[in-house]
Amino acid sequence: MTEGRAIGDGAPPRPQDTAPERMAWDSRQRRFITIYLPLWCFIFILLFPFYWMTVTAFKPNAELMDFKNHNPFWITSPTLAHINHLLFNTAYPSWFVTTMGVAVGATFLSLFASTLAAYAIQRLRFRGSQYVGLAIYLAYLVPPSILFIPLATMVVELGLFDTPLALILVYPTFLVPFCTWLLIGYFKSIPFELEECALIDGATRLQILWRITLPLAVPGLISAGIFSFTLSWNEFIYALAFIQSSEKKTVPVAILTELVTGDVYQWGALMAGSLLGSLPVAIVYSFFVDYYVASLTGAVKE
Amino acid sequence: MMDTTPATIAAAPSRWAPVRREQTWIGWLLDCKPFLIVMCLLPAVGLLGVFLTYPLGLGIWLAFTDATIGRRGIWVGLENFEYLFGDPIFWNAVFFSVFYTGIATIGKFALGLWLALLLNNHMPFKSFIRAIILVPWIVPTVLSAIAFWWIYDPQFSIISYVFVDVLGWRTTNIDFIATAWPARWSLIAANIWRGIPFVAISLLAGLQTIPPSLYEAAMLDGATAWQRFRYITVPMIMPILAIVMTFSIIFTFTDFQLVYAITRGGPVNSTHLLATLAFQRGIPGGQLGEGATIAVSMIPFLVFATLFSSFALARRKWQQGESND
Repeated sequence: MTEGRAIGDGAPPRPQDTAPERMAWDSRQRRFITIYLPLWCFIFILLFPFYWMTVTAFKPNAELMDFKNHNPFWITSPTLAHINHLLFNTAYPSWFVTTMGVAVGATFLSLFASTLAAYAIQRLRFRGSQYVGLAIYLAYLVPPSILFIPLATMVVELGLFDTPLALILVYPTFLVPFCTWLLIGYFKSIPFELEECALIDGATRLQILWRITLPLAVPGLISAGIFSFTLSWNEFIYALAFIQSSEKKTVPVAILTELVTGDVYQWGALMAGSLLGSLPVAIVYSFFVDYYVASLTGAVKE
Repeated sequence: MMDTTPATIAAAPSRWAPVRREQTWIGWLLDCKPFLIVMCLLPAVGLLGVFLTYPLGLGIWLAFTDATIGRRGIWVGLENFEYLFGDPIFWNAVFFSVFYTGIATIGKFALGLWLALLLNNHMPFKSFIRAIILVPWIVPTVLSAIAFWWIYDPQFSIISYVFVDVLGWRTTNIDFIATAWPARWSLIAANIWRGIPFVAISLLAGLQTIPPSLYEAAMLDGATAWQRFRYITVPMIMPILAIVMTFSIIFTFTDFQLVYAITRGGPVNSTHLLATLAFQRGIPGGQLGEGATIAVSMIPFLVFATLFSSFALARRKWQQGESND
């Protein structure tokens, strides 16, 4: 977020942030060809599928299937028919509510568990705390692809098959390791002296956690929270395996399995669904970009 | 209890006694460190134990049984493995998983590193550019995969349109996912597209930790741009590169969503990854034992990738010359 400042702290003010290359051989043209041209190509390729998704979602079917008479890159007569179909002829609202509930539930459960765990590992230093931290890190490396079959049998035996509760309980398996690891990093950055002061003043450990450490770790909690929300919203394989009835599906699963009917794909509706399914995450993202970058890089750096 | 105005400090000795008297057994328990540690670790360790460690073991056990949906299996020894080792579809999935991981990882890291180096330059709207570059990684993978499915449509592909009608380089539409090899390359391209942002932003974080003074010193000594990259940038981002690569390899090898959304393993099972094959045999096919066997056969690969990571971490400590606490 603050590249220039991070480097230049304490140094006399000088143009730190100019790359060394500029000194030797910078010319406008060369800079354009080596930096801006490739960068624009990257941005174009990375964003084109979303542009295409949006354009398709608002195109009438006639235009969608006729590239000869209409320029496919643009919409001549935009329509809300696909979005209308999605909102009123399918169970989209109930998918949305389910996904929101699952994502929020799983996020709070994971945040609760991982805050306590991170506090115990980082602050209540005990013999073997490093190994607990390492074990939680290793848990992050266990991918859902090898767990979904045994988990499916467990979910059936616990009587949770086809209930969103199963997802709320299972999602922490990949959220808790990530959040714990992130929060350990944040707790590490909070001066231990603050807690010692509180101990001397007679606060109990839980009071210290609640009144001192947590308020200072709010940025970390926000990072972990929005990240968990995003990961839960995007999760696919567990939701595909554990949920069967149409109206209880989560948005990503439902759009793939419920909107693909027959041999003729309803591309307009599919793209409208993809667009609407991406929007909540995109909106959260646009408000908390810096937290995302911080948590992404923080988790990797730790 | 925690305000520290002079008055309360002066009055402190007289306030200690009542505080002590409040210590009931709950208060004592909450100040007892071992109890507190157990209570704090219990939710996380409990969740991970019940829904991660236990299923991992259960999965390995299921791999040696003939369980199907609705029926607890009985131990059949290595029968599942013997059956799978004679199954060309399984070997094809192993081949494609390795191929997919290898090519996609190379592509992601080459392009991601390039993008990170581009972003490391000073330019206007830098944080905005960084924000929009992360979008493919934020959006649900399945939904962007559906967009790719539409881009790869045999009849109405926009890429075919550009090549056939706009540029006139081809006379027929490009075959993206109708036959085996084009489908494999199309999936790899989609995976690279999906992976570039994560790699680029992580490596950018690594690049930003390199002190500019190193480059300045090298410039004074007459190092060329390539030498500066080779002898400063690469060694300095190696630790972070190793970790990001481990994650990337693990999650590419066990990828499920892209293939399931775009080809579902078709045409004729040519693009099955181990994860999609395990799903197909295990959940819709009902052969839980066989599906678990396929899933378990991914474990040796994951162990290898994890060891690679711990090796890289150890090397990082050695480079810094002290513990990296």
